[in-house]
Amino acid sequence: MSDSPVDQGRRTWVAMTAGAGALGGVAVAVPFVSSITPSERAKAAGAAVEADISALKPGEKMTVEWRGKPVWIVRRTKEQLDALKALDPQLADPDSKRNLDLTPDYARNTHRSIKDEVLVAVGICTHLGCSPSDKFATGAQPSLPDDWQGGFFCPCHGSTFDMAGRVFKNKPAPDNLEVPPHMYLSDSRLLIGEDKKA
Amino acid sequence: MADFKTAPADAPAGVKLMTWVDNRFPATKLFKEHMSEYYAPKNFNWFYIFGSLALLVLVIQIVTGIFLVMHYKPDAALAFASVEYIMRDVPWGWLIRYMHSTGASAFFVVVYLHMYRGLIYGSYRKPRELVWVFGCAIFLALMAEAFMGYLLPWGQMSYWGAQVIVNLFAAVPFVGPDLALLIRGDYVVGDATLNRFFSFHVIAVPLVLLGLVVAHIIALHEVGSNNPDGVEIKAKKDPKTGIPLDGIAFHPYYSVHDIFGVGLFLMVFCAIIFFGPELGGYFLEYNNFIPADPLKTPLHIAPVWYFTPYYSMLRATTDTMVNVLCVIVALAGVVSLLAVKGKARIAIAVGGIVAIALLKTFDAKFWGVVVMGGAVIILFVLPWLDNSPVKSIRYRPQWHKWLYGIFVVFFVVLGYLGIQPPSDLGTLVSQIGTLFYFGFFLLMPWWSTIGTFKQVPDRVNFTAH
Repeated sequence: MSDSPVDQGRRTWVAMTAGAGALGGVAVAVPFVSSITPSERAKAAGAAVEADISALKPGEKMTVEWRGKPVWIVRRTKEQLDALKALDPQLADPDSKRNLDLTPDYARNTHRSIKDEVLVAVGICTHLGCSPSDKFATGAQPSLPDDWQGGFFCPCHGSTFDMAGRVFKNKPAPDNLEVPPHMYLSDSRLLIGEDKKA
Repeated sequence: MADFKTAPADAPAGVKLMTWVDNRFPATKLFKEHMSEYYAPKNFNWFYIFGSLALLVLVIQIVTGIFLVMHYKPDAALAFASVEYIMRDVPWGWLIRYMHSTGASAFFVVVYLHMYRGLIYGSYRKPRELVWVFGCAIFLALMAEAFMGYLLPWGQMSYWGAQVIVNLFAAVPFVGPDLALLIRGDYVVGDATLNRFFSFHVIAVPLVLLGLVVAHIIALHEVGSNNPDGVEIKAKKDPKTGIPLDGIAFHPYYSVHDIFGVGLFLMVFCAIIFFGPELGGYFLEYNNFIPADPLKTPLHIAPVWYFTPYYSMLRATTDTMVNVLCVIVALAGVVSLLAVKGKARIAIAVGGIVAIALLKTFDAKFWGVVVMGGAVIILFVLPWLDNSPVKSIRYRPQWHKWLYGIFVVFFVVLGYLGIQPPSDLGTLVSQIGTLFYFGFFLLMPWWSTIGTFKQVPDRVNFTAH
């Protein structure tokens, strides 16, 4: 090391040069990080889809693809609808109040639907994104409680949902299944991805 | 800088060549420092083979990976078929692919045993903290490498496994959903995700991994290897040569020794490749022979076996578990309040209340992710948790051995439960296992000092054979 005193003027310039270099480095990172965000093509692929539910019988489910996700349409039976009301104490969020983004106003009711019997829900568990399986049969069965009233069961982490996609208490999933924005174009034609507000 | 040397005029051509090279690149010096004059303790047992084996598996993975990339197509529409093409139409493609898939599991078998060796012989203790920290970073990079590689065949397990793990990041408060979007590059796991995972799997992570392996070995060769007795061999050196009395040259003694170990390892490795490459669904899951279907999750999904202990801890973190954690934080706070005096008491009380408030504010889902990540991250600080006066398990109190035994049992049980479908009993057992896992590490500063320790000898135990 040299004993000569530090040239403060040069130090200042060194610091400024290093600072400018660092700023440049950060600026270069912007295009790289931006390049891994969803592309214009990915953003454009979110159009609404139409579904014809005329052939859907009570107790049956159909699946349509919307934004790469499964959307379930279930025509529930009268028994299934009746069973929903008694479940409230066992549910984590029976009135879908926890996360208002997941349930549109017109579906914030016990059956979580526009028409009482037709449930429209995104078939993706709110825990970590698996697609739950149908467990419409009632009664005791593996991994389910003995007084099971029908619903959905997520095979990944064991969350259970009732026939309105409402999550049961003390399960890994925090929220009810998402109800996508949807509207009826006619009695049997459903548009998923848009509603009257939009 | 070394002096420029000149080989004698009548020296053999080989000596002249090496003199020429050594004047320009320290080839001989490097070989001596890391092989022929690197002195390792002479009392190594079979547990010490796994470091060399890990290096061997790394080479196998890189070489087979290079050849697989020649035929594989990272495109959501083509990926699954291109893997089947490698399996059926590419000459010997099935062998290369099975070597790679078996190599992935072998990597974790070897690395888990390597880490366990370090754990029981105290190889992470001063002055080897950085050897251990680099090793933990390798483990983390390896997990990332394995996870991203698993998406590439684009089967059902690939797809839904990635879906679950990427959604883990979405559980982070505030920035989570944007973070998950940045990882996927799309609103769902899709082509963009597959492409970037391919990029990370074949170039980014392997580069980091190689750098870390070099750092791990340089750090090891700087401080020297530990041994089953936990005795510092550098403390007793031959006064004339300066070589540790209990040290022997890595080459030829351990290089030849390791070649024998490599032979045994390759026998098992080849047996699996040729006779059971799927290993009953543990190395290659059966559901992954079905092409990815974004609309349907397989009825039972589980990660590959090497992730299941941590996956069990994720599943164990339910609302009940969060309440249990709150009680534990409160108890720990009360105990430390009684033990500490002065201003620190206020800090503890505030810290405890903040911790409980946070636990109750965020979802159990987020805490599950914290528990899962924390279970790996906690390994990094192990060198600063262990206060025991001796390094090796050999000189620790008898009950420490039982504790390490229970730790292994719980780790295996957690791994088993992670493969099984969720059940109430399984969740309860994995909650107990999770608490034990964290208790083992977090209470180590305290329990590692308790008991009667045996006298550590001056020199290593060794009987010539």
